[in-house]
Amino acid sequence: MSLLEVRDLSVSFAGWRGAAPVAAVNGVSFSIDRGETLALVGESGSGKTVTALSVLQLLPYPAARHGKGSSIRFEELELVGAPPGVLREVRGNRIAMVFQEPMTSLNPLHTLEKQIGEALFIHKRLPPAAARARIVELLHLVGLSDAENRLGAYPHQLSGGQRQRIMIAMAIANNPDVLVADEPTTALDVTVQAHILALLNDLKARLGMALLLITHDLSIVRKMADRVCVMTRGDIVEAGRTEEVFARPRHPYTQRLLAAEPKGKGVPFDPAAPVLVEAKGVRVWFPIRRGVLRRIKGYVKAVDGVSLALRRGMTLGVVGESGSGKTTLGLALLRLQESRGAIRFAGRNIATERQKRLRPLRREMQIVFQDPFSSLSPRLSIAQIVGEGLQVHRLAATPQEQRRLIDEALTEVGLDPGAAQRYPHEFSGGQRQRIAIARALVLKPRFVVLDEPTSALDMSVQAQIVDLLRELQARHGLTYLFISHDLRVVRAMAHEILVMKDGEIVESGSTEKVMTAPEHPYTRELMAAAFNLAAAPT
Amino acid sequence: MDDLPVTQAPSPEPPATADPTAGVVVPAGAGQRPGAMGGDFFLGRRITPLTRRRLDAFRANRRGFWSLWIFLVLFGISLFAEFIANDRPILIHYDGGWYSPLFKDYSEADLGGDLPIPADYHDPEVAARINAEGWMLWPPIPFSYSTRSTAPGPYPAPPSTTNWLGTDDSGRDVLARLIYGFRISVLFGLALTIASSAIGVAAGAVQGYFGGIVDLGFQRFIEIWSGLPVLYLLIILSSFVQPNFWWLLGLMLLFSWMGLVDVVRAEFLRARNFDYVRAARALGVSNRMIIWRHVLPNATVATITFMPFILNGSITTLTSLDFLGFGLPPGSPSLGELLAQGKANLQAPWLGLTAFFVLALMLSLLVFVGEAVRDAFDPRKITP
Repeated sequence: MSLLEVRDLSVSFAGWRGAAPVAAVNGVSFSIDRGETLALVGESGSGKTVTALSVLQLLPYPAARHGKGSSIRFEELELVGAPPGVLREVRGNRIAMVFQEPMTSLNPLHTLEKQIGEALFIHKRLPPAAARARIVELLHLVGLSDAENRLGAYPHQLSGGQRQRIMIAMAIANNPDVLVADEPTTALDVTVQAHILALLNDLKARLGMALLLITHDLSIVRKMADRVCVMTRGDIVEAGRTEEVFARPRHPYTQRLLAAEPKGKGVPFDPAAPVLVEAKGVRVWFPIRRGVLRRIKGYVKAVDGVSLALRRGMTLGVVGESGSGKTTLGLALLRLQESRGAIRFAGRNIATERQKRLRPLRREMQIVFQDPFSSLSPRLSIAQIVGEGLQVHRLAATPQEQRRLIDEALTEVGLDPGAAQRYPHEFSGGQRQRIAIARALVLKPRFVVLDEPTSALDMSVQAQIVDLLRELQARHGLTYLFISHDLRVVRAMAHEILVMKDGEIVESGSTEKVMTAPEHPYTRELMAAAFNLAAAPT
Repeated sequence: MDDLPVTQAPSPEPPATADPTAGVVVPAGAGQRPGAMGGDFFLGRRITPLTRRRLDAFRANRRGFWSLWIFLVLFGISLFAEFIANDRPILIHYDGGWYSPLFKDYSEADLGGDLPIPADYHDPEVAARINAEGWMLWPPIPFSYSTRSTAPGPYPAPPSTTNWLGTDDSGRDVLARLIYGFRISVLFGLALTIASSAIGVAAGAVQGYFGGIVDLGFQRFIEIWSGLPVLYLLIILSSFVQPNFWWLLGLMLLFSWMGLVDVVRAEFLRARNFDYVRAARALGVSNRMIIWRHVLPNATVATITFMPFILNGSITTLTSLDFLGFGLPPGSPSLGELLAQGKANLQAPWLGLTAFFVLALMLSLLVFVGEAVRDAFDPRKITP
């Protein structure tokens, strides 16, 4: 008998106003033992989070329902349908959970002491002094420096990685037997991710917990898990020891998932091609105003003296962690963000040009945003979204011609032109990103800023989008500024790379050189964290 | 811990991102929810499923739904007040000819009389002459709002078979005045609501979208402007000019447009940083078009939600001005004036009671409609 046994678990959600129920999980079974790490891996919508939430019975009942025969046994205790009192005894005490988003899973109004102390008080009734000692001990355990002085800190005073450490401290406060970690590092930077994973591994070994790890990231699975269950569309299609599954995937879905990693190199380009975009000493400083008179007391240097040159047909990868200023740089190059310094586009200085006079140029420089869910207006049809640029620049003389151009663009990005009359919500994330690309492409631009175009997408879709972008580049001789934190994707796209940290370029050069022989210590740390999930010694 | 954080709530809808068809050309119809197939239409316009859900939610609120219908029927009837309460017949057949006094003024001479004066169809002589050679079709209530009763007796007269709700202190039929008064109240309210919403939305849009110094200046102006004592201004102005419908509308408009500004401004401040607004700017779309196409639709929900309540406020404002005697010119049919008469003639309770019940009914209906609209647009009740 294992520590936690899940048998034939199925979950369905009631449809809206009498619509048919939607099945999220159809009869999955797995078990997990003390000291073991089991990874549930799958793409978004595969039902892995719902499965994890079922273990603690945290789904929105009664809208969510378990099917007949669903059973979750924790040390002989049946959790499915257990009374609230029993569940409360288990939650946070015997089975604890770490959520994905450390920004929203901590109460912004409570200090660290109060957040962590709550679990101790509820389950152990520790008196304040003892609780305080235990909290400090926990904070040391999760590696938060200067723990004693941080007890009174609020979540907003901590970084994302520190917040996730607090979440973990809360989860392990009562020495749980099972720790459920739902995408614990997805919202974090790669170097921070490496540290958190190392911490989880360390804690598991030290406290003898069972770790149920929910993730979409195969490299995390390979690094962390003893056993793996691959989920898709609510089913576990393959389960086994991690090395075996990775070496010899049996199910076609697993094979596809493993093969989905973006591969290859950027399309060939002519190194002697003319320079299309050139920037010299671009600075974006946001003033910090303080005091009654709102006097400028300092600056946040989002981008600080960045120079770059993009030749025709080239892809320049801009990598860096969140807050490094890479998106701001992209916006500044398109003059969507006020900046200082010189920006030349096709030989013309556009840094000081008035917005009105820039409008004709907008046709030639386009942008694709990270999140395809927020970058398409939900109230416009696909034809309206893609056709807007055509109207602005009067590229189509007749409605028929506009129709034809829209159809062409949609076909080019691999969508059916018949979809033009539909609205964005009817499409999946990957399809929406294709629409966003079609919106940029229909204008026949020369320069496209790609701001993390793949980060919000599933792994297999990422690879498809990368292929699409490369194909379009080869066909139209496009010049890309490719902004990403994902070095794997950058490797598959970029000819040259800029590594940014705190608004400055720390290293630049050809992809080959930066990837294989990084010079700057920060670049080295980034590469190690990204490709080996190795945490740099701190 | 029993409450699930919103971000963790699994979507009960079929997963959108894990579509393995994302890489291939998608046949039309795939990826579409059942029911949305071929489009959904309301009043001849293609609507999104979200709009459909809002409509369904509104309809599910029985009280609001029926209130809307009752109100629309009452308003619709009052729009044809001339056909329902008038001191002229709708149609006359006289001496082989057809006459429609509603649309054309006839003199007595036209109808076989001697004098070239406008015909008074209540005059027994005229009536007898017409009835002798033909017939007259009267509206159900043979009085207009200004018709003075010819019956002798102290006014206000109590309800009778002639005057169903009695007469006011000048001998005018209360029911007729009520119908015309209802119409003018609602029309005034609608006009004021639409005009002040349009100005308010435009002002809020400009402030929210451009922000910065525009926003700052405009906000200070609104603070000062809203500090002006509206009632005093109206009283002072009414001593200069004789206010009519349009004067009042203009005066009220000067101060009533501020209601929506804050809501719309907040909505615009939020939406101007959306990615699709940025994308539109990157396409080179002009600010005016961005506001109109991309940002304004976000503010419509707030606007529509507020509208029934603004309408209510507008109607109440006109009524109270009429009650105080600073409203529509004397003789106009108005609910406020009827209330004032009721107050002045406590011995004639039908005046005050009629005005009270009609106002209470109208305002309650509108509040119910407003509640239903508000709930139908509430994102917590309608999860997209």
